Amino acid sequence: MSPAATVVPVVVRFDRVCVERDGRRVLEDLSFSVRERQVVGIVGPNGAGKTTLLRALLGLIPVTAGRIEVLGGPPGAARGEIGYVPQRHTIAASFPATVRDVVAMGQLGSHGARRRERKSSRARRAAAERALARVGMASFADRLVGRLSGGEQRRAMLAQALCASSRLLVLDEPTIGLDLPAEQAFYALLRELQRESGLAVIAVSHDLLALASAADELICINRTMHVHGNPDEVVHSHALREAYHCEFDFLAGELHHHERLGRGA
Amino acid sequence: MLEFAFMQRALAAALAIGVVCGALGFFVVLRRLAFIGVGISHSAIGGIALAVVLGWNPLVTAAVFSVAVALVIARLSRGGRLSEDTLIGVLFSGSMALGVVLFSLQRGYQQDLFGYLFGNVLAVTPAELLVLGGAGLLVLGVLALLFRPLLLVAFDEEVARAYGHPVGLLDAALLVLLAVTVVIGVRLVGIILVEALLVIPAATATLWAPHYRMQLLLSMSLGATSGVAGLAAAYALDLAAGGTIVLVSVAVFLVSLALRPARAA
Repeated sequence: MSPAATVVPVVVRFDRVCVERDGRRVLEDLSFSVRERQVVGIVGPNGAGKTTLLRALLGLIPVTAGRIEVLGGPPGAARGEIGYVPQRHTIAASFPATVRDVVAMGQLGSHGARRRERKSSRARRAAAERALARVGMASFADRLVGRLSGGEQRRAMLAQALCASSRLLVLDEPTIGLDLPAEQAFYALLRELQRESGLAVIAVSHDLLALASAADELICINRTMHVHGNPDEVVHSHALREAYHCEFDFLAGELHHHERLGRGA
Repeated sequence: MLEFAFMQRALAAALAIGVVCGALGFFVVLRRLAFIGVGISHSAIGGIALAVVLGWNPLVTAAVFSVAVALVIARLSRGGRLSEDTLIGVLFSGSMALGVVLFSLQRGYQQDLFGYLFGNVLAVTPAELLVLGGAGLLVLGVLALLFRPLLLVAFDEEVARAYGHPVGLLDAALLVLLAVTVVIGVRLVGIILVEALLVIPAATATLWAPHYRMQLLLSMSLGATSGVAGLAAAYALDLAAGGTIVLVSVAVFLVSLALRPARAA
């Protein structure tokens, strides 16, 4: 282990992980680690295995070979300790729950259930309200969740994930369906939360530029690891072009523009 | 009419069945389980016919049979080879056909068949009332215990899985509750109409109340009041009790629909 590793603990480690689905190898020989206080973006073309990677991390599908360690244990054991924002477009307008109800559901993780269920419903509501305040949605607590705009729904889901975990957030295409300002606002908020509380974040997105401007590290996969490093290096790498089978030179200028907007600096 | 013991028992049964069906109906409407409810209720005919042929208790046998059908549907549809509605179509008609054939072997049971198809709440015995009450309390108890995880599954299955909830088991539990509730409801309005008790009060509640707490309360109250009012109307006008109860709840639904035009999103 390198000296740096002893300073900042690893929260997620993939060690030569392979995953097969229906006899087809979807992920092959994938190794990387995520440390506390790190925002790691995972990008890759459609069908690259990004969502499979997240499902394996959450312990929802088994690995064929290799090992995954999450928060110091096997993936399944960490469920309920991970804040998760799923890939989805919208919440049904008629879903009969308020934003507060939905955010409070983040505390129903079944592994910590015994400990957490003892919380009174008032304590759960209070925790949900704190999480909503952190994402700037305190005034939305009593609104029906299905009546929010797309961007507000994503922030509500982020609050739910914050209710579930104070250590690791896993986001699957968190800004899909959002327009550019909403997307940038989402990632700016994520950076702010991460700076405030030292959360580790793993975000998967097909939107390379948005993630590149928000992440500390970028991992590009297409079934196997293509390139891993700081976003600037990754975006300019030859390996990225190989993964996507196309040229990305025109993106370099765009990336700097995104970085300025996304980081607000 | 309350001077007759059979009428007191019938009213008590209508009240209890209305409350239980109204409570479970909340999830039937939220999860769009109306068709599976029809499937389970109609397959009860197979169980009842089996009980009549073998000399077993019809309601208990129907409950076990319906629970088995519900679990087979849950198990096979998880395999993904056939969709849930296809499986329901096969199992529901198969069980009904079994019932029809078995009943045809038994001369002199036509009266019984008629009672199960259209309900015979006026013939509820004190012992049956106890069984109905006990089963109803059991359904309400389990529903209360699983309410929050079931609501989370209805909100987002993937999030529920990520937080470590056994989604498959929760779905199976909901179907078992549905099967038991269907058998309870058969006594009041019969196999053909029991679905109405599960869908109509809950659907009416969604027209008036946007939040789940009010929806649940309203659905249970509407179930109970339309049961009692329908029974009273049937007694006063000398009509079939089961059909009158369902017509009362349909009338309440239609009036609600007229008074509550679609809300702006």
